[in-house]
Amino acid sequence: MRALLALLLMTASVAAWADSTMPAAELADTQLRDPKQEAKAVALMETLRCVVCQGQSIADSDAEIAGDMRAMVRERIQKGESPEQIRAWMVERYGEWVSYKPGFSAGTAPLWIAPLLLLAGGIWLARGRLRTRKKN
Amino acid sequence: MKRTILWVPLALFGLFFGIVAYGLINPADRTIESKMIGKPLPQFALPAAYDGRPALASADFGKGEPRLLNVFASWCLPCIAEAPVLEGMAKQGVPIDAIAIRDKPEDVAAFLRRNGNPYQRIGSDVKSSVQLAMGSSGVPETFVIDGKGVIRYQHVGDIRPEHVPTILEELRKAR
Repeated sequence: MRALLALLLMTASVAAWADSTMPAAELADTQLRDPKQEAKAVALMETLRCVVCQGQSIADSDAEIAGDMRAMVRERIQKGESPEQIRAWMVERYGEWVSYKPGFSAGTAPLWIAPLLLLAGGIWLARGRLRTRKKN
Repeated sequence: MKRTILWVPLALFGLFFGIVAYGLINPADRTIESKMIGKPLPQFALPAAYDGRPALASADFGKGEPRLLNVFASWCLPCIAEAPVLEGMAKQGVPIDAIAIRDKPEDVAAFLRRNGNPYQRIGSDVKSSVQLAMGSSGVPETFVIDGKGVIRYQHVGDIRPEHVPTILEELRKAR
């Protein structure tokens, strides 16, 4: 019981130091006026990884830095930058890691090739099975 | 042949179990390193974080001497833990500037009154925009900027006494 309480208190303090007293940036949670620009911004936000809560996109995350990243994305889209320009800017700073849309490189090749290999293997196995069944 | 094949599922299970156990015992390093190391400091000009220290711009770096750039916030607990260590380095003559993230002047002033002020200049980054431009993902983080204004080293998290020799060595190399 006491251990549980201690654990609860610990999680509370972690949440406490993660937040500033400042309100979210203007465009963090406010849509852009132009629905086309907003759609572009949202599509990009859904494929950028939050740098603190690492399993979430910045569109999903409640972390303050994710809010600041959303505000930055919207500001730049509003200024006429393309989503891919903004993605490249983020990748330049945080590495491929920050993007949920991996490109094709030596490092990411297994990611793209493995499913094809597995599918080919599956077809080959199934073919063998079907053949033996026919013989019976 | 048939006999050995019977053991394959168990072997696969063992392999899977081993991988999962390894991952549980040695969690992956989740530190995000900035990819800006070796690149010039991004251009920025931030207003002063409070009236006790001048504002900070990228033009303040690259004047021949290496400097530390500390990313901190008054609302960040590990920043309190690292304050005395930074103060110790400042007393040894290390020039330290800072960027305060999402902070208010009165909060910055109170934080520095309570925990010491090792900084020469402090810029206020209310939208984390310079932090993002530097590839920094939290507070506190500390960067070594060399005499030409190039980012040379990044320390993620609070600086503890055992980290000081490495940072001093990086500053020496950045000369």
